[in-house]
Amino acid sequence: MQAFADLYAELDATTRTQAKLDALARYFKEVEPADGAWAVYMLTGRRMKRLVGPRRLREWLVEATGLPDWLVEETYQHVGDLAETISLLMENGEVRPAVEGSLAQWVEYAILGLRDLEEEQRKTHVLEHWRGLPRQACFLYNKLLTGSMRVGVSRGLVERALATLSDRPRALIARRLMGEFTPSGEFFSQLFDEEHREERDGQPYPFFLASPLEGDPSSLGDLTEWHAEWKWDGIRAQLIARPNGIWLWSRGEEPMGGRFPEVETAALTLPEVVLDGELLAWDADVLPFSQMQRRIQRKTVGENLLREVPVIFMAYDLLEYQGKNWRDRPLEDRRTALEKVIADSADPALRLSPMVRGTDWEALASLRAGSRERMVEGLMLKRRASPYRSGRARGDWWKWKIDPLTIDAVLLYAQPGHGRRANLYTDYTLAVRDGDTYVPIAKAYSGLTDKEIQQLDRWIRGNTVEKFGPVRSLQPKQVLEIAFEGIAPSPRHKSGIALRFPRIARWRHDKPAEEADTLDQVKDLLRVYGS
Amino acid sequence: MRDPIIIPTDEGLFCPAGDFYIDPWRPVPVAVITHAHADHARAGSEHYFAQADSLPILRHRLGEQHVFSAMAYGEQRRLGQVTMSLHPAGHVLGSAQVRVEHDDGRVWVVTGDYKRDPDPTCAPFEVVPCDTLITEATFALPCYQWPAVEVVGEQIWQWWSGNEQRPCILFTYAFGKAQRVLAALAEHTDRTVYLHGAMLALTDMYRDAGVNMVPTAPVADRPKGHDFHGELILAPPSAAGSPWMRRFRNASTGFASGWMRIRGNRRRRGYDHGFELSDHADWPALLRTIRECGATTVLTTHGRSDDLVRYLRECMGVDARALTTLYGGEDD
Ligand SMILES: [Zn+2]
Repeated sequence: MQAFADLYAELDATTRTQAKLDALARYFKEVEPADGAWAVYMLTGRRMKRLVGPRRLREWLVEATGLPDWLVEETYQHVGDLAETISLLMENGEVRPAVEGSLAQWVEYAILGLRDLEEEQRKTHVLEHWRGLPRQACFLYNKLLTGSMRVGVSRGLVERALATLSDRPRALIARRLMGEFTPSGEFFSQLFDEEHREERDGQPYPFFLASPLEGDPSSLGDLTEWHAEWKWDGIRAQLIARPNGIWLWSRGEEPMGGRFPEVETAALTLPEVVLDGELLAWDADVLPFSQMQRRIQRKTVGENLLREVPVIFMAYDLLEYQGKNWRDRPLEDRRTALEKVIADSADPALRLSPMVRGTDWEALASLRAGSRERMVEGLMLKRRASPYRSGRARGDWWKWKIDPLTIDAVLLYAQPGHGRRANLYTDYTLAVRDGDTYVPIAKAYSGLTDKEIQQLDRWIRGNTVEKFGPVRSLQPKQVLEIAFEGIAPSPRHKSGIALRFPRIARWRHDKPAEEADTLDQVKDLLRVYGS
Repeated sequence: MRDPIIIPTDEGLFCPAGDFYIDPWRPVPVAVITHAHADHARAGSEHYFAQADSLPILRHRLGEQHVFSAMAYGEQRRLGQVTMSLHPAGHVLGSAQVRVEHDDGRVWVVTGDYKRDPDPTCAPFEVVPCDTLITEATFALPCYQWPAVEVVGEQIWQWWSGNEQRPCILFTYAFGKAQRVLAALAEHTDRTVYLHGAMLALTDMYRDAGVNMVPTAPVADRPKGHDFHGELILAPPSAAGSPWMRRFRNASTGFASGWMRIRGNRRRRGYDHGFELSDHADWPALLRTIRECGATTVLTTHGRSDDLVRYLRECMGVDARALTTLYGGEDD
């Protein structure tokens, strides 16, 4: 445990990527595999079920410190973080011995051990730790109790550290870290194994993400080197068809099995193949995203909804074919195979994303101008000779969106609305990423449906980090797309940017917070569209 | 009820019976100065009373043209109907609490900035019994409890000695904190520490006052392009991000301040390391001092006054009130 607390302190103490990488690699090299597994689990943002709520912790803190509750509250407001407040108030300026035991033992005993205890015993247990742990460890302990730990390390950084250490490709490590896993020594050791055949069953490949095209597309060179297609406005998905099963994964690494039965059924007509594409609500043509929204949240779908909002898989890439990895082959070749695969299937729920042809960039630009009518977001430009990369590698895939004035922002604070919505959290403060923190970018009043508001309200109540009067600060998890009319520099805002008429365009269930837009991206918008 | 001995005015804390001000923020005829930090000692008054050790610093900071009267700790002065004396505050060299005894027998004490942690660079704090205490409240929340100074000194030394390939730049306030760090380092090493120009004169004054510190040299003495890797450099926070920093490539940075106790402050400030070293009283020291001086009335200045006032009233049964002052607490 002490080694992990030290690692945390080291990561927290620096903003330099290389220093973080070195610290991670050193830690992973030295610790027992089970500890490594838990560290990976926590550092990649996985959360254990919360065992004690923040309100309970505050009550216990008042009791343990003997301070009046208002003073604990004031202190907490001043410090801004409950886990840290506890660690500061409980330390009493004492020098305490380092924590013994491994991280894994410690999580087992000190955290998971609480599961089977009655409330009163839990309290005794927790207070004992508060009184004995040195500050840094106490802070981490509380973070684990409340279920969240942000340390300014991206998942990518953890992958890089593990890849360097094991001398395996980062993509392989990334794939092994996808989806759910149980942190164990065995899991950690297997991260370093050579790739084996069976493990690929059902596991998605990392998605290749396009970068926004900011300048003129002619900067990309000769049009003949590029493949253009529509940028679909649906749910990005990976469809895995193997003799032993069908798997459907969202880009946020959520398994989506059972939610789009028509697509899974259609996939039975496929040969052994892994496809990248977009789930779209489709009835002769693409339906508005609001229709798709009705399907997104359903874990199981009723017959009526299935009939009203049918969903198709719009395929645009092929990653694996007949048991072979095709990701290193050029897009042209993958596309040819994909065309054949889709044509052979002939199931209407599997479609091929058509190529958009233009004689020159200008012709493409005028086609792009009609995107809104087609209910697509613009064009995708993909280099014909490019492999299927992983993550947001720049240069080969560009999204050339029509309406650039949207931002995918993270919900950071919420407060109740007025009148009819006075008891619902409908006023949101949204933020963009800035390094490993979040900077508020806009306040928006809901543009969501009543149903979504209620759903988000429930989520807000269950994921509050702190309360300041009526305002709740939240786990940075939910991504909302903000649409706005203009962008201007503003010294009054912490971000330095003011948005005109911001409103919520939609709730991006499919997007993890780590992929929300960054302040730099917003500044780019400011450069291009700023008034 | 008898008239208060010290009252807040637009010019600062004023003693009507003695016709003098304490740490005024505007020019006045007679000013008693608790210590030479900029938010407590301002230029332009006609006559200054201050503790003898702080005089060279006050002259340096306010200008030679001012009239100063040096007082030893404990020395008494008759001013109108009061007897005024200065007592060690343990904050920085020459820092003092002001004790004012009225001829009617009442005693009021103004702490100025103070701390109770050991500090070899200045005289240790003394408890001065009084009826009314006007206390600072810069760090008046229970989350502020300072670690032992030896622990922090050790951390700074570990950071410096562990960074052989990079320069270590420690930002500290030029007066008080910098010299305290230099004195703490003397427990570990006799290596030379390089100083930003703003710290040179002050550090010399501490040496003149007999304070034992590690050897120091001006950064400016090194030739242009000198490689500072493995060296420790002390600089005021205002130097961070200035062109002065360019000569230290790939530096590791730290900041020594009580504010560094809070992780959010460390991260917002963007330093690589925060060292919890404060020249102010922490929460337990504030309460202990109030208890030990026996005051029945406590008036607070700076910072988190309201919380301290409420705590004193509700939990310690002390009559307490907040005074509005312009003292900042930015000196930590
Ligand atoms: Zn001061």
